[in-house]
Amino acid sequence: MRKTVADYCSRCQHRIACNICCPINSPQSIYRVNPPSSSDLRSPWPPAPEGNAARLIACRDCDLLQYEVPLKRHADAHCVRCNSVLYRGTRTGINLMLALMLACALLLIVSNLFPIAVLETQGAHVEATLFNTVLTVYDQQRELVALLVLLTTILLPALEIGCMLYLLIPLWLGRVAPNTPALFRLVLAIHPWSMMEIFLLGVLVTLVKLTDFATIIPGVSLWSFCALIVFFTMASSAFSTRDFWEWVDASKAEQSKEIFL
Amino acid sequence: MTTALTRGLTSCHTCGLLSRLSGNEASHCPRCLARLHGRKPDSLSRTWALVVLAYVLYIPANLLPILESRALLTAESNTIMSGIVLFWEGGSWMIAALVFIASVVVPLTKLLALTWLLVSVQMKSRAKPYQRTQLYRMVEFIGRWSMLDIYVVALTVTLVQVGSLASIEVGPGALAFGAVVVITMFAARSFDPRLIWDAAGDAE
Repeated sequence: MRKTVADYCSRCQHRIACNICCPINSPQSIYRVNPPSSSDLRSPWPPAPEGNAARLIACRDCDLLQYEVPLKRHADAHCVRCNSVLYRGTRTGINLMLALMLACALLLIVSNLFPIAVLETQGAHVEATLFNTVLTVYDQQRELVALLVLLTTILLPALEIGCMLYLLIPLWLGRVAPNTPALFRLVLAIHPWSMMEIFLLGVLVTLVKLTDFATIIPGVSLWSFCALIVFFTMASSAFSTRDFWEWVDASKAEQSKEIFL
Repeated sequence: MTTALTRGLTSCHTCGLLSRLSGNEASHCPRCLARLHGRKPDSLSRTWALVVLAYVLYIPANLLPILESRALLTAESNTIMSGIVLFWEGGSWMIAALVFIASVVVPLTKLLALTWLLVSVQMKSRAKPYQRTQLYRMVEFIGRWSMLDIYVVALTVTLVQVGSLASIEVGPGALAFGAVVVITMFAARSFDPRLIWDAAGDAE
């Protein structure tokens, strides 16, 4: 029988990454993809790179099937048709990623404890912290607006950083945390909703607006917030989901080795 | 050009792994256990519903005040536009331009762009699929920056507590505006850009 599709599951000869024979959590069989044979050269596949490690990947934005190519550090692979980023080369190791996330966690705590800015007019002294901003809006009967601010600036960033620590600390120790897939999905779902950098821009706009009327003293939180945004942006721009799953696979391999010994 | 769907494959929307779509029952990504779909389910009708809702809410978001200040004898309320005009007249042109872009240009561009994408997909347009995909990615990326105005309002009412005779409060417009931002973000997420290429790909 002539195989028109070059890529079959090495175990059951179904097409790659099949859900039929490959049990969940055995990615080795998913990754092993056969290069196309010469009879497939006429088929409309893009040319495969050399070697046995060629994996197929589909573009998220236009669904075009393509072969993965090995990437240099800091490089991105783009779709040949619509130019969206297919996957990203390694940017950081797990050590730096974990360090950045720990720094984010500490800075997030500091940012929530101290005032962002203090306003002084004729003896009046008003402090704005992250949480009392939410409370003030809540007290004015705008509960949903307060909830939106609470979620996007405090709860969801905290949850995202917490989940990342929960996933990364065991990986760093060579273990895989329980429920890794669920928490990984949670992190990716939360990410667009944590809007700390937009909040910082809002703080700057407000401070510029109010300097005409009163004396504004920037608080400790403002500086820790700036540092938090820098580290958080570094971490999220360096985070590659492919690397993350490679770390998971490496830890799993390590764990299974230990069991055999 | 071979798409994954024509080969019975799909890439996981969360982790990017390519897997086989099983026939009838729901399939899950073998790596991250997310639900797999060849195309996002009911993408067009869901996006239409959210876009129409956002258009409706966009009217009160711009007409109702987002900031209400009351003194003993005077009451003043600011909508999004009048707030920007105040910045402009006060001489902070940079801030006025920034707030104008974040709270007027971005939401409006986003709604119009999503409408155009929806209409062009439904008419099975084959024109400029590359540019339309770029537009979609831009819509997805810039949407969250509209939240700027909500934060400015929340911080202003916290810092400016004038005393018992006067007050400054968040207006109802802020709620409508926040809803527009959140709903358009959901609308952008429920739109499937692969539909653009499904129509365009038939031509090749």
